[in-house]
Amino acid sequence: MNHLPLIIKREYLTKVKNKSFVIMTFLSPLIMIALIAVVAYLSQLNNDKQRTISILDETGYLKDVFQNTDNTTYTNLSGLAFDDAIALVKEKKDYGLLHIVKVDSLDDFADNVKFYSEDSPSLSIISGLESKIEKRLREMKLQKDGVTISQIEASKTNIEIEQESFDGEKSSKIDNVVKLAFGGAAGYLLFMFIIIYGNMIMRSVIEEKTSRIIEIIISSVKPIQLMMGKIIGTSLAGITQFIIWVILGGVLMVVVSTIFGIDLTQVKTPQQEMMNQAMQAEGAQAMAENLIVSIGNLPMTNLIIAFMFFFISGYLLYSSLYAAIGAAVDNETDTQQFMLPIIMPLILAVYVGVFTVIEDPHGTVSTVFSFVPFTSPVVMLMRIPFGVPLWQQGLSLLLLIGTFIFAVWFAAKIYRVGILMYGKKPTYKELFKWLKY
Amino acid sequence: MNDLLVANSVSKSFGGFRALNEVSIAVPKGSIFGLLGPNGAGKTTLIRIINQITMPDQGRVLLDGQPLKTEHIRDIGYLPEERGLYKSMKVGEQCLYLAQLKGLSKTEAKKRLKHWFNKLEIGDWWNKKIQELSKGQAQKIQFIVTVLHQPKLLIFDEPFSGFDPINANLIKDEILQLREEGATVIFSTHRMESVEELCDHIALIHKSNKILDGKLNDIKRQNKTNTFEVGLASLNKDRVFAEIQDKFEVLPATFKNLNDDMKLNIKLGLDTSPNDLLSFLTSKAEVHHFVEVIPSASDIFIQTIKNN
Repeated sequence: MNHLPLIIKREYLTKVKNKSFVIMTFLSPLIMIALIAVVAYLSQLNNDKQRTISILDETGYLKDVFQNTDNTTYTNLSGLAFDDAIALVKEKKDYGLLHIVKVDSLDDFADNVKFYSEDSPSLSIISGLESKIEKRLREMKLQKDGVTISQIEASKTNIEIEQESFDGEKSSKIDNVVKLAFGGAAGYLLFMFIIIYGNMIMRSVIEEKTSRIIEIIISSVKPIQLMMGKIIGTSLAGITQFIIWVILGGVLMVVVSTIFGIDLTQVKTPQQEMMNQAMQAEGAQAMAENLIVSIGNLPMTNLIIAFMFFFISGYLLYSSLYAAIGAAVDNETDTQQFMLPIIMPLILAVYVGVFTVIEDPHGTVSTVFSFVPFTSPVVMLMRIPFGVPLWQQGLSLLLLIGTFIFAVWFAAKIYRVGILMYGKKPTYKELFKWLKY
Repeated sequence: MNDLLVANSVSKSFGGFRALNEVSIAVPKGSIFGLLGPNGAGKTTLIRIINQITMPDQGRVLLDGQPLKTEHIRDIGYLPEERGLYKSMKVGEQCLYLAQLKGLSKTEAKKRLKHWFNKLEIGDWWNKKIQELSKGQAQKIQFIVTVLHQPKLLIFDEPFSGFDPINANLIKDEILQLREEGATVIFSTHRMESVEELCDHIALIHKSNKILDGKLNDIKRQNKTNTFEVGLASLNKDRVFAEIQDKFEVLPATFKNLNDDMKLNIKLGLDTSPNDLLSFLTSKAEVHHFVEVIPSASDIFIQTIKNN
């Protein structure tokens, strides 16, 4: 008798109909979007703030250096005495006063620039001012040595190294960023999925134990059927939740940004601002084109197929262990000691993925960890966008599936014995003994 | 083939602990078979083996002459001692699910559930959640789920725990009726009065070994000590007592009746018949009470365990 579909259906429906599950499903994207909207709104407020910076340049060297921008206006106070300038700035409630004290030689210049303001000024403003002054000063020094402006301009070169593999596959820096984004997203998604829904499976096993229904069920179905039904049913509920999150999140994103006129993609951090500036320099148009080309360059078919296989095997590997833990204990507080050995390789995988795959996707560390079954799903998913030979993927998958089958066997053993054990918290030694029952 | 279930020298160990040691039982068709034993004797292990929850290390179990296989699950209905239901699931849904796991179709299960719900007068519970029911009410649901698929073999482990006397009686009558309809029942309990009432066969398991089995009446016959409980009224109690003590082995007895009688247990030798005793007693005193002492299931239980 194959009861698997029946069990899957029950597990799925119970999860999906559960009140807290429903609330989480619909509330989470709302909260997320609300949070993003608030941050976006606040940073927009910040960006829109008009600043006036007054310049008191006693040397006259920096005449044309400061050009007004959208948010910043520069006022030239040349000719005023310092005390008058300060008073004026205070009265106008300007952002601050940049004071360049008169110096005799260019060499002393650097030590005589000061910025006065009411509060301590923002880092980005100061570094903006500094870079402008530095640039001007360098030009002046070069000019003093007899180099002309046009020579300086001509000396500037922008190097963009073109990358090409031995097979003639071209790639660029942006390619790598895109690959990293895809791999990272895939690996991180798996990590999150395992943590969230693995826990859910564990809780559901514990619930069956504490409600004492387990023996009734077990007299009708094989424990392994119940376990697999539970894992698959819960995973389907998880996938449902994820899909709803993505759709709802997307819709809400559009709705919120049209209603409130907040551009949610413009959550600017100082770094992003610098990147934007860099992009503007290179030309945003070209950048976007590169991006599309880069995505097109990805080994999409390989990526999708590998994602499915590694995701499913990796997830099943971990979730069967979660089920075994749930069966071994009586309540959730007892799970702690068994959680560590599960969480450790997962976190290790994410760290290896983040730190070594970025640095060297085909280096020894990345390669080894993309074969070790407990870390391979995450690490391999991160490596694949960079192009991993099919034999490596195949071998890794084979190892993973082998381990997964072993883990299911192991978990089923623990599960079979554990679900009928009440009252005491087992030790590792006892778990080992159960394997032989 | 008159035995529905036969276990042939079944053994099972958990690690170093031997939970069952070559236990054999035979459960006749249509009987109510009491599986008795102190806590931790191995009853539950044996029941779990019959239910294919655990596999025996040695020995085999035959159901209707065939070795146990997966298909037999639908021939067995099991009400475990540790029992419960999904708390947040509705009664109706839950019953349907459990019935389908036993191989019933959804429509058939619904039909039978309606019948049982009416019979036990719980028709309006269909949409309630289990957590809204009392313990006894949940037990009723569990009972229905156990018998719904009309199994040949019913296994009840402490079926009356959690029931008030009225409902316990109701369930007892249902069990008896199921037996009338042809089901065979294995009944595990510590309540000896229900063993007395229901069982016609018993097996006693102690420290992983079966130490006694057979028809309850046969066992009682084997265990009786040829002792008679008598109540006598006489004006001269001391003299009568001395005369009886002279001829027979006498012990004091306690039972209740209306008169201020001499209450005695008199044990007869093999050469004396009850009639001899009775005629002797009538010649000495007025006999108000004369009953053969038949060992109760509880006495047999305690005695047999002590002797082992």
